[in-house]
Amino acid sequence: MAKDKLMDFDEALELYEPVLGFEVHVELNTETKMFSGAANPANSANHGAEANTLVAPVDMGLPGALPVVNETAVRYSISLGLALGCSIAPSSRFARKNYFYPDLGKNYQISQYDEPIAFDGSIDIELADGEIVTVPIERAHMEEDAGKLTHIGGSTGRIQGAEYSLVDYNRAGVPLVEIVTKPIFGAEHRAPEIAKAYVATIRDIVIALGISEARMERGNLRCDANVSLRPRGQEKLGTRTETKNVNSMRSVERAVRYEIQRQAAILAAGGTITQETRHWHEDTGTTSPGRPKSDADDYRYFPEPDLLPVAPSLELIEQLRAALPEPPAARRRRLKADWGFADIDFQGVVNAGLLAEVEATIAAGTSPAAARKWWTGELLRIANAQSREPAELATPRDVAALQALVDAGTLTDKLARQVLEGMIAGEGTPQEIVDARGLAVVSDDGALIAAIDEALASQPDVLEKIRDGKVQAAGAVIGAVMKAMKGQADAARVRELVLERAGSADA
Amino acid sequence: MSEITPDLVRHLGVLARIQLSDGEVERLTGQLDAIVDNIAKVSEVATPDVPATSHPIALENVFRSDVPGDLLTPAQVLQNAPDSADGRFRVTAILGEEQ
Amino acid sequence: MTDLTKLSAAALADKLSSREVSSVEATRAHLDRIAAVDADVHAFLHVNGHALDVAADIDRRRADGEDLGPLAGVPLAIKDVLVTTDMPSTSGSKILEGYMSPYDATVVARSRAAGLVPLGKTNMDEFAMGSSTEHSAYGPTRNPWDLSRIPGGSGGGSAAAVAAFQAPLALGSDTGGSIRQPAHVTGTVGIKPTYGGVSRYGAIALASSLDQVGPVTRTVLDAGLLHDVIGGHDPHDSTSLAHEWPSFAAAAREGATGEVLKGLKVGVIRELPDSGFQAGVSESFRAALAAMEAQGAEIVEISAPHFEYGVAAYYLILPAEASSNLAKFDSVRFGLRVDVPGGTVEDVMAATREAGFGDEVKRRIILGTYALSAGYYDAYYGSAQKVRTLIQRDFADAFSQVDVVATPSAPTTAFKLGEKIDDPLQMYLNDVTTIPANLAGVPGISIPSGLAAEDGLPVGIQFLAPAHEDARLYRVGAALESLLVDSWGGPLLDRAPALGANGGAR
Ligand SMILES: [Mg+2]
Ligand SMILES: [Zn+2]
Repeated sequence: MAKDKLMDFDEALELYEPVLGFEVHVELNTETKMFSGAANPANSANHGAEANTLVAPVDMGLPGALPVVNETAVRYSISLGLALGCSIAPSSRFARKNYFYPDLGKNYQISQYDEPIAFDGSIDIELADGEIVTVPIERAHMEEDAGKLTHIGGSTGRIQGAEYSLVDYNRAGVPLVEIVTKPIFGAEHRAPEIAKAYVATIRDIVIALGISEARMERGNLRCDANVSLRPRGQEKLGTRTETKNVNSMRSVERAVRYEIQRQAAILAAGGTITQETRHWHEDTGTTSPGRPKSDADDYRYFPEPDLLPVAPSLELIEQLRAALPEPPAARRRRLKADWGFADIDFQGVVNAGLLAEVEATIAAGTSPAAARKWWTGELLRIANAQSREPAELATPRDVAALQALVDAGTLTDKLARQVLEGMIAGEGTPQEIVDARGLAVVSDDGALIAAIDEALASQPDVLEKIRDGKVQAAGAVIGAVMKAMKGQADAARVRELVLERAGSADA
Repeated sequence: MSEITPDLVRHLGVLARIQLSDGEVERLTGQLDAIVDNIAKVSEVATPDVPATSHPIALENVFRSDVPGDLLTPAQVLQNAPDSADGRFRVTAILGEEQ
Repeated sequence: MTDLTKLSAAALADKLSSREVSSVEATRAHLDRIAAVDADVHAFLHVNGHALDVAADIDRRRADGEDLGPLAGVPLAIKDVLVTTDMPSTSGSKILEGYMSPYDATVVARSRAAGLVPLGKTNMDEFAMGSSTEHSAYGPTRNPWDLSRIPGGSGGGSAAAVAAFQAPLALGSDTGGSIRQPAHVTGTVGIKPTYGGVSRYGAIALASSLDQVGPVTRTVLDAGLLHDVIGGHDPHDSTSLAHEWPSFAAAAREGATGEVLKGLKVGVIRELPDSGFQAGVSESFRAALAAMEAQGAEIVEISAPHFEYGVAAYYLILPAEASSNLAKFDSVRFGLRVDVPGGTVEDVMAATREAGFGDEVKRRIILGTYALSAGYYDAYYGSAQKVRTLIQRDFADAFSQVDVVATPSAPTTAFKLGEKIDDPLQMYLNDVTTIPANLAGVPGISIPSGLAAEDGLPVGIQFLAPAHEDARLYRVGAALESLLVDSWGGPLLDRAPALGANGGAR
């Protein structure tokens, strides 16, 4: 495949106006699936189950099986619609989207078409410099996820050239809400940043609602980014591409930037944009063409005859509205005040998309400063180096547990970083790693005193100096003891003991 | 006359994933044409003021509570599989992209 | 000893509960009958090899003093559209040859729980598409009254099985008449319950908004007894009604006294002219109405102006829903797979569906795909759904004037095998009287009204009642049944030719 030509980003923005649109799929973390009683793999309790062990008859389209709607999924969907500022339809219904694909047990997806449960909303997102952008929401509708295909043979894991594919229906029927924006105008050079902030905000919302695990690396939250360009001054929208399933916030940002540069190069050379889906490649940072959108796409939607309209009562809607968490902007204001961070520190957390993680870590007992330090310091640095998201590396609970070990004096900062490495490597909880690696600070004074006495004995001159009141000379002894303890000692305590043993403390 | 043509029938065969032979396309074109001529009369009375009925007995808000049930064992899931490997259904190479 | 196969289910149940007869004896008698006549009739696709074990178990439980249901130990034939864990379920299609369901249809599970003994799976038009059972991938079923004729369809197997005394009871499914039209041509009783009255869970879907499972029997009381077992709310079917249903067996018993006929208003539809019906069918229908009138019923002419659009609406809605429901047969998870060397999965799917589906199924899938296509939806499927509303309004009007509507159950008596197979439009017109009930969701019953003078073949009369009023059909059906059986001096089926080795009908 010929490498795409790219236009310089700023130059592209001079010539063309980008118009964005997003379709975000959120997997709900209900106990069971959208239309069956099979356990939901998008709920952490069931994550990682063996293939085809979370399947009920309807999930694999068995003859005679019928769907029945999960009430909790409906409530979650309404809550999400309300949090997106949408109107909730007094009556909405399901429709069948018909197309053949092996991951689709029935060869139709139960979705919503002309009557979605939520429509016409907007959310405010905040950019790195604190600017607020309002993103208009077209609709949020309920649907079911498809199963998972694994392509075997040929080039690694790609559909092209594979010899055969294996199908696992665990994910089939996982409850989804698809959130569709209206076209977003006026994004200009901030388009990539808006893309990232939008996904981060959706993620914050669903986490605050408690309706999704929102782990992008697990596909709990998936973003399709639509990008089109139109020449400056032109009314008519340009042809758009849809980059599918971009699975991290930074990838969304990169993919939008890439598409703007790619499309601009084509248009400037007199070419035309093909309306198509495109695939994002994390490794190369490029998109490649997927399925062309054409008139042959004929999903033959019709009202799902096996299901009945969803007509939530006003009471239910108001009850769910009253239970909504505060809106993201208000939440940010509150958290900033509660945590007492400086502007730049707080913005650092927001920009890294780590509000929810920091908040959860604090809720688990860590001080705001320590929580921020772990997430925007160590974890963000490692994540960036590995092209991953910090939230993939550790859970707030484990981070809080790690800091608790530091606070208790069991770990020094340096030891704690080693434990963190273990956490990222999946070695277990901080305590388990401390135990397994034998990393705890030596708090047994007897062992320390033995080491100190040995050090003092081997450095009589230093001992002299200390006794003469030159307390800073103790540093040499402390260093030797720390080395002997392989760093697993609390330096402050060692210092205390050195002075004690040197006798100068009493003198 | 309706607009059923062999090309349309062929296209419908693609949408419906049925590999129609040329003979079938020809036969179906004639039959569907006659059938469609007959059933097209529904539009005579289906005026805009008439609401559509998609369920003969109107119900709404029929839900199940979010509790597990109806789980199949992996053996049951695979018991009719034409081909399987590694606990999963096996199919030959897929040409098209996912939707 | 009496021939156990000739007994009604109610009579057999009495002998079972009084322990005069064991379920093993009753089951063996029916298995013997199947062995004797099914080579001719071909009502069964599969005979249950474990039927006698099930029967023995019922006998044991009865001997242990267990409190069993009224039909415990009575044999039951099951239409192959219903999935069963212990027998293959093919829906009459090659694409599902040998398919074993990991779960039972709700009606099957309820029948087992009630102690009914599954005898086997009955033949049907492939995926219930047809009115003659000639579209079965496993060969046609023959009408016990005349083996050269069709037993109706799609449930020809179930109707023929009870008509040929191979089973006292059978389960059927009715999407546009597949229970009632076979009842009409075989001289048996069939009921399509109110939509949602009986669970569809485990019934291999043809058209979800039209399908309804129901009883196929020789008497109205037997139908009521079976309906009591299979009916009622099922949380696995979202369209299942949470309605409190009365006992339909009780309704049938009450109806048999004939009291219900006094002052009963029976509507006949002005727009269904006699001219569209075979003479013997019309005559039998008129005679039945006259008999009811003589007992105090009042015949009222009503108008149902939109019924004439019913067949057109039906042949849009059914194929549309079927084209989607049948998409699951794709060679991936179950059923036939046709290998295409070097082909993609798309090629394999298309080749499998080409080889696995019969002509009628393909015809309707293509028609339904067309009806749902972008650009045609409003004109076809959308308009057809509006016709449903108009037909429902016709029924509402009618039932504001009358208690039940009566029609002949079908336009003609059983036609010859092969007679209409190449003319789908002619075949579709068979359902003209039965379709409106499915479109509107109302219940319908067909009971024998007599034999047509010109060919001596059975004719049925259909009664329709408002939604939820299935019990009214049992009362009225049982009343007319008892009147007619008295006038005939015995059940109509007594006049059917004998079958099998000793009978030599053909
Ligand atoms: Mg989409
Ligand atoms: Zn979607």
